[in-house]
Amino acid sequence: MKNPLKKKYDVVIVGGGPAGLAAALGAHEAGAEHILVIDREIEAGGILNQCIHSGFGLHYFKEELTGPEYAERFIFSVLSGNVEILTDSYVLDISPDLHLEVISGEYGYLHLQGEAVVLAMGCRERTRGAIRTPGFRPAGVMTAGLAQKMVNMKGLLPGRRIAILGSGDIGLIMARRLILEGCDVVGVYELMPYSNGLTRNVVQCLNDFDIPLHLSTTVAFIHGRDRVERLTIAPVNDQLIPDSSHSWDVDCDTLLLSIGLIPENELSTKLRLRMDPATGGPQVTSTLETSLPGVFACGNVLHVHDIVDFVSEESHRAGRFAADLANGLRRPCDNISLQPGENIASCVPHSLSPDREQIIYLRVKQPIKNCTLTIGHRYEKYFRVLTPSEMIRLTLTPEILDHYFGDNLTIDVRPREVI
Amino acid sequence: MLEKKHLTCIGCPMGCPLELVIVDGKIREITGNECKRGEDYARQEYIDPRRMISTTVSCNAGLWLRLPVKTAEAVPKDKVMAVVETLHTIEIEAPVQMGQVILNDVAETGIAAIATRSMPRSVNL
Repeated sequence: MKNPLKKKYDVVIVGGGPAGLAAALGAHEAGAEHILVIDREIEAGGILNQCIHSGFGLHYFKEELTGPEYAERFIFSVLSGNVEILTDSYVLDISPDLHLEVISGEYGYLHLQGEAVVLAMGCRERTRGAIRTPGFRPAGVMTAGLAQKMVNMKGLLPGRRIAILGSGDIGLIMARRLILEGCDVVGVYELMPYSNGLTRNVVQCLNDFDIPLHLSTTVAFIHGRDRVERLTIAPVNDQLIPDSSHSWDVDCDTLLLSIGLIPENELSTKLRLRMDPATGGPQVTSTLETSLPGVFACGNVLHVHDIVDFVSEESHRAGRFAADLANGLRRPCDNISLQPGENIASCVPHSLSPDREQIIYLRVKQPIKNCTLTIGHRYEKYFRVLTPSEMIRLTLTPEILDHYFGDNLTIDVRPREVI
Repeated sequence: MLEKKHLTCIGCPMGCPLELVIVDGKIREITGNECKRGEDYARQEYIDPRRMISTTVSCNAGLWLRLPVKTAEAVPKDKVMAVVETLHTIEIEAPVQMGQVILNDVAETGIAAIATRSMPRSVNL
């Protein structure tokens, strides 16, 4: 047995993926002495361990890394900061006084107390049930991330002839991955008239291998009683309703779903945290603290990011703020409410304070070309193109924020007026 | 002869739309890139397209059955399948250190394949 666990920690972090690891590092750097990271997998690193492609770390490490490399660098820094990582363990419940019930492969049933708790559980994939695809229920329908774990970590192929529904980044990455593994990828079918993944992934994962991307189409029926045999693909109209009179069939044995991610907030809802229906995560202040004092949230459990570098940056801050709170530092309350306005799907955090520089993240509702983003009347930025698949990160200075003390601040995106 | 070629930069998640002005087979002008990486990519992509490759190799006695590897540098695009097929024949024994060279010269590219994580030995052996 390793060192016995303590009963009390300054900061307890739920989840040992990129968010939890960065939060641990932030908490350590801010002076928290006793930090515990709890993860349900047999090792820390989260989803990064199965994302073997490169493209991570350009912002955070200033070089391009694969997922496992990114994770290992973090794990190394976290462990050298004397942070304890408890793997193979699951947080069953958190009480409002920050008492945690944990079930652990090594220690059994545990009670722990935190001065501060950071929620870093990440997100999970939407499944067939979420979109209610008609048809039989054969083997061979699974989420793209599950297929990724099978292929990259367990050495199992999900099938031989693959169709992919949804053009999220994981689906695009898996299209290429399965081609390299010798499978046929018959096509990627996307409900919306635009791809939901990063443009560079459409280019390097689909175009490089001549995999067709069918926009404004969906899977209208899944055929096959024991195993997927065939799909009926139908174009959709502008109300996204499938038009079965123009449908066609494709033969395949596997359907991968890449149809979006949902923040994994069971613990947050049990804690009755105030949630934001637009992000699916908790509402947070500028210190990433939720509606329950002492509970912080960061990474994909707060809102789904598209690059891990921003998860790390955000979570590092959450860890620092959690450590500050554990060390007894009190900050003035936020006094500016940040509101999504025209064409804005969501924004985080939900309130701001003019006492320091603030980082905000937001997404637009639909693709917009040549547009101006305004925050109140004192911030304006031009964008050539904004799409829902690319999160926007902005910083606001105290000078701007000072003008909105005690007020609402609204973010709008409008197409540029033609003169 | 003047022609225009359109590319999307894959250097970072921004995905800048690049326009190359080609005169007599030579690049005259590159526009649309937000940073230096875009210009380098456009030049390289026009003359000699290359890709970084990530895949896995079989791993004995490790925590997981597959060890992720990548090419140390980008390899010529037309060698991608040959590189992957070569790597898929390899079997390696845990433990492995991140950055360890798995194969010195993959499929006659002169480029090495390296492990992208450390793989401890499985405790359940």
